[in-house]
Amino acid sequence: MVQASLKAKRDGVGYRTKVPRNVNMENLQNGYLFSEISRCKLQHIEKFPNAKLISLGVGDTTEPLPDIIASSMAEYALALSTPEGYRGYGPEQGYEALRKAIAESFYKDISVKDTEIFVTDGSQCDITRLQLVLGANVTIAVQDPSYPVYQDSSIIIGQAGNYKDEALKCRNIEYMRCSPQNNFFPDLDTTSRADIIFFCSPNNPTGHAATRKQLEKLVEFARNNGSIIIFDSAYASYILDDSPRSIFEIPGAREVAIEVSSFSKLAGFTGVRLGWTVVPEELLFSNGFPVRNDFDRIVCTCFSGASNIAQAGGLACLSSEGLKATESMVQYYMENARILVDTFTSLGLEVYGGANAPYVWVRFPGSKSWDVFSEILEKTHIITAPGSGFGAGGEEFLRISAYGNRKCILEASRRLGSFFS
Amino acid sequence: MSLLQHLSTSISSSSSAFLVHSNFNSRTKNVSLQAKRNGICKCVAAVPKESQTAYKTNVSRNGNLAKLQAGYLFPEIGRRRAAHLLKYPDAQVISLGIGDTTEPIPEVITSAMGKRSEELSTLEGYSGYGAEQGEKSLRAAIASTFYSNLGIEDDDIFVSDGAKCDISRLQVVFGADVTMAVQDPSYPAYVDSSVIMGQTGQFQKDVLKFESIEYMKCTPENGFFPDLSGVSRTDIIFFCSPNNPTGAAATREQLTQLVKFAKDNGSIIVYDSAYAMYMSEDNPRSIFEIPGAKEVAIETSSFSKYAGFTGVRLGWTVVPKELLFSDGFPVAKDFNRIVCTCFNGASNIAQAGGLACLSPEGLKAMHEVIGFYKENTDIIVETFNSLGFNVYGGKNAPYVWVHFPGRSSWDVFSEILEKTHVVTTPGSGFGPAGEGFVRVSAFGHRSNILEACKRFKQLYK
Repeated sequence: MVQASLKAKRDGVGYRTKVPRNVNMENLQNGYLFSEISRCKLQHIEKFPNAKLISLGVGDTTEPLPDIIASSMAEYALALSTPEGYRGYGPEQGYEALRKAIAESFYKDISVKDTEIFVTDGSQCDITRLQLVLGANVTIAVQDPSYPVYQDSSIIIGQAGNYKDEALKCRNIEYMRCSPQNNFFPDLDTTSRADIIFFCSPNNPTGHAATRKQLEKLVEFARNNGSIIIFDSAYASYILDDSPRSIFEIPGAREVAIEVSSFSKLAGFTGVRLGWTVVPEELLFSNGFPVRNDFDRIVCTCFSGASNIAQAGGLACLSSEGLKATESMVQYYMENARILVDTFTSLGLEVYGGANAPYVWVRFPGSKSWDVFSEILEKTHIITAPGSGFGAGGEEFLRISAYGNRKCILEASRRLGSFFS
Repeated sequence: MSLLQHLSTSISSSSSAFLVHSNFNSRTKNVSLQAKRNGICKCVAAVPKESQTAYKTNVSRNGNLAKLQAGYLFPEIGRRRAAHLLKYPDAQVISLGIGDTTEPIPEVITSAMGKRSEELSTLEGYSGYGAEQGEKSLRAAIASTFYSNLGIEDDDIFVSDGAKCDISRLQVVFGADVTMAVQDPSYPAYVDSSVIMGQTGQFQKDVLKFESIEYMKCTPENGFFPDLSGVSRTDIIFFCSPNNPTGAAATREQLTQLVKFAKDNGSIIVYDSAYAMYMSEDNPRSIFEIPGAKEVAIETSSFSKYAGFTGVRLGWTVVPKELLFSDGFPVAKDFNRIVCTCFNGASNIAQAGGLACLSPEGLKAMHEVIGFYKENTDIIVETFNSLGFNVYGGKNAPYVWVHFPGRSSWDVFSEILEKTHVVTTPGSGFGPAGEGFVRVSAFGHRSNILEACKRFKQLYK
């Protein structure tokens, strides 16, 4: 029986169900960007098994967790074997202690309540949960370029319509170009209204941190249009100047914005899985229904809460010792970013980002970003991320991640220096 | 114990209190709700008065969410429990409602998670993003432990943070334009996720069913297996065995019928096997034991009820390569895309725990804990039997399904809660055919189970 079906599989002749494939899935043109990059990486390793590959593509943290955080999680895990320490289902919204600590650590002077905070397994997952709340009948706007998940999740849920051109722009999505020419902040006067505005600051991939004035404009724009901003602040801890770290620093934002954030880049939790989303009480749908109630319903029905061990780690991150330790890690990566910025600048290339975010955004005028990606990979064995993977506005650009061991970053800089000179 | 354990109590599921502290009191008003005449418990949040003058965005609320009649069932139970505690602060409330594991996790498993946690603070041991589908070693261990000789390969397995989450991910794969069938009664996440996705029409109050969902009645009269000759074709069929809430385990013959039904109709079965290890009898533990199932079925399962991982969060879903949409496109490819775009993998620490669960020592330890809960189940079954009730389930699952003919299940729930301070789950929360039944969960400390049974005996003697 097994042999027959495997043979049928190989022959491409197989029983088909009568279940139609989801049209939205068909609308996804390519594989997910970072899966594609991983695929290229594996192919390259096969081709050059002895090459010392340096990964500055996927923004994956590399430095070990601070002891206090790791040992807190270990302690919590071991205690699960004891009657006093065992915990079953936690509240789907996250343990109150952690929600309170998040409110205290990140929203102290801007009055976000712990009851407005939902602890989760990360922003990527939260974006889809938000899309489930919003449904297929809303329109979205995204920055161009932007983190691919906003557009991809929008296509998946059925908001985006199909592609209208080869630049992979969706019919129903409003693209807000962010380029050096407009200081990486969209011209809102020429932006059409959309129900939902995805905005990431500090930005992935450009590294730009929006100024207070820019965010005030954004909040005003949302307010005038009755739109909801989904503000992605996953990299807020990387801000070195006094750019706002939360959309809620802007007056009026509570009535127009949701904020999504993460422990991934803050604490190296990319594998541990922990994040949070803030949905203010004042945020209402057009019929007056609180958005928070619907998000809570999704969280209770489509999710069962973040791992309790990860939550224990989160709490340790937000202790004073934990905050100090994670701050050190962030500074380490930002020093990497500085080194990369210096390298590219000294080569005479146009460099952006790297000042408030762990991403360096380099421009190669007139080029196709996948070509630059391939050339760099082939000749220097360095993986980067092609800008067009983040949107048409990313063509000509390459994103270089500053996540890496210092030695790797220095080696990468050396190789890039040789290659470009 | 870590700080978090100190700061969180085991009177958990504080989701019951989560929305209470807000400015508006959409839910607090309803905590002492009496069951309505037609048996529905309506806890719909009304538009609060304050918001009528407050700023509103111009974003329309998702009509699908408006179709949901009340909160998700288990937070509702949590709310009732919390309200009861407020009313009787000295009562020793025993929770046999939400199926939440209570016994500590075996050390072989937690020590692996402790070790992995510590390793994350070392250069050699640190890992960042894992494969979204799960660590290779864990996928392999799941395949060999549960699916050996069934032709399921490592890469047919997708590790996740739990079956409930996987159900929604599967719904995202399927989209709004498919029809679905569920057992009646069934685990509420199947229906609720279907409503959220937009697959259903409106809720029909006269029959307590959503339009366009095919409800497959499972009652004592049909041995808790639907009469498939009376079931209309749907694209997707949700089937749970051993069943939550009835405890019924489908036989090989029944599952063969089900697979044939799916094949004849070109349907896809989503088979929930989260309680398979609770089986005492010889029934199939996996749908893939049935020939031909790989072409028609997906299986979802979980470490929650095997390893006490309800808070740790770990499960898996099997999508065979042979499972194809009508255009020939492999379902696994779309599931993979969702897993990569809408998810980022289960926590690496939880996965280390999962691997330890599937070691010989871990399996032995899990069997012991499962055995403990099964003994609890026996005690509860015996109690209700001795009181003259018709009792179902309990043999192959940690749930006891007790019949209260002619009575509203929310009334019985309230009566039991009020008079014995024991929380159960009203059968109608699982579907209209659950009316007249109450689900008693067997997860609990032995002393609590014994005490609860003592109280049941007093109430119903």
